[in-house]
Amino acid sequence: MIKLFDVAEIIRSKNSGPYELTFDIMFKDRAVFEDFAARNIMTPAVFAGLYGIAEAQVLSVIAFPPAKAVKITIARPMSSGALGEKDVYGAQQHGPLLDFEYPKER
Amino acid sequence: MREFRVLSPTAILGYGFPAASFEEGMRRKPHVIAVDAGSTDPGPYYLGSGKSFTDRGAVKRDMEFMLAAAMAENIPVIIGTAGGSGADSHLAWNVDIIKEIAAEMGLSFKMAEISAQIDKEAVKQKFKEGKLAGMKAAPAPTLKDIEDSTNIVAQMGHEPIIKALEAGAQVIITGRAYDPTVFAALAVKQGYDAGLALHMGKILECAAIAATPGSGSDCMFGYLRDNCFEMATTNPARKCTTTSVAAHTLYEKSDPTRLPGPGGVLDLTQTTFEQATDSTVIVRGSRFIPDAAYHVKLEGARLLGHRTISFAATTDPIMISRLDEIVKAVKERVRGNFNDITDFFLDFKVYGQSGAGFYGGGTDRGGVMPPEAAIIIEAVAQTPQLADTICSFARSTLLHFGYEGRKSTAGNLAFPFSPSDFRGGAVYEFSLYCLMAVDTPCEFFPVKIYDLIKGVQS
Repeated sequence: MIKLFDVAEIIRSKNSGPYELTFDIMFKDRAVFEDFAARNIMTPAVFAGLYGIAEAQVLSVIAFPPAKAVKITIARPMSSGALGEKDVYGAQQHGPLLDFEYPKER
Repeated sequence: MREFRVLSPTAILGYGFPAASFEEGMRRKPHVIAVDAGSTDPGPYYLGSGKSFTDRGAVKRDMEFMLAAAMAENIPVIIGTAGGSGADSHLAWNVDIIKEIAAEMGLSFKMAEISAQIDKEAVKQKFKEGKLAGMKAAPAPTLKDIEDSTNIVAQMGHEPIIKALEAGAQVIITGRAYDPTVFAALAVKQGYDAGLALHMGKILECAAIAATPGSGSDCMFGYLRDNCFEMATTNPARKCTTTSVAAHTLYEKSDPTRLPGPGGVLDLTQTTFEQATDSTVIVRGSRFIPDAAYHVKLEGARLLGHRTISFAATTDPIMISRLDEIVKAVKERVRGNFNDITDFFLDFKVYGQSGAGFYGGGTDRGGVMPPEAAIIIEAVAQTPQLADTICSFARSTLLHFGYEGRKSTAGNLAFPFSPSDFRGGAVYEFSLYCLMAVDTPCEFFPVKIYDLIKGVQS
């Protein structure tokens, strides 16, 4: 298995406006990024499973080759700063991605 | 080949910059100094209450540099989203700072204020005409959302700023504006490509955050040409790399290839990033695609109540292992104690156990019990007094709650402070986040022009 933590240079989360959270995975190595993207490792279903949310909450999964990056955007659990908020800026929701592993290609 | 140069001193007005970085930026003869002052990131309080999230002293310090340098070089200064949220009270707050500096430094210039505050009746009218449209993850707007909002602003495009420039304004301060516009407006006025100008503005907007090592409090410099733009730092300790610049394109955006804004979409599907020198990056291929109908984004916030919090912690392993059930029981006890106070929100944020994470991770990993847990008790109610009552009662109930298996019976909580409870002020939530079709780009953004003679409006 490959640990995302080991192959990513950056793993982060942030609000994209008050109603969305967006996650960026930027890889260290272009070949590793291209393999990850080509094999479609991260899908809405995979992300929903990792984060324990409904797949419908995942708005998009997009590869962005110029930054060797994969971006996932989801609906926020509530609008930023509403009652029950834990993280107004959304900058500390990357934890589950740090634990993500995926199989090496056969 | 002609070239248009922009100095962006800092990521947000008031976040600061080293004087040497700013001076190096000025040595490169910028055509405009522009800065974005706003963000919805700090949450709904600032828009709802009309207060700034940046400090007055820090904003004044940044503006002293910018105004003095702009007057010396006779170039414009453009500030977007004054006061952080860009409602009229934020605009007035920042204009007051400018007047104070102009008086102290003896500066005189033509000033433009562009309001972005939208009257509720006008928004209701647009709603009735079917001209409001919801956005992906945000709820569709209702008449009640409009009515409840304390402040409604719309993000202006570059057109109202161009209008102010055409009127000869040298210092332009705007209410809520689409972040890249303050950097792009003068370039677009001079006939540069809007796609390149706006993409350069999108990167300049966060200043040196797009460099490596990144910083929100250092300068960034942009060189716009007819077929490309080049990003550079002014501090030799930082560099622009293709990764740092491309990575910034992802920042705070849902889709890095398609950035919707006022009047159109910035299309980055054909964009390329090339390392030009050791520390600069050339960007090509970004395109602006105008929409058939011009839309602006509306933002509004409404008052929910008032907050009181109490901060405490526990070191007891038995309590920590049972916190979920203890918190639930305390909530029920608080509900049961007051027959006449029912309209309140009570929450316990347990740090060490998913106090910050919505989705696990962190200390949830491996299921290791933390040696201590911090607990913030939060009460929100219709008045500050009612919030005090709920918070106080929840705190005393938790302090002496007799949970099963308890060995430590003298008190369940360690309080670091006396008094233990704190008023958190008014609580707001976002009430509007939607698109509004406008007849013209300047329809809701009146430009007020006047001469400021040594700080005195004439």
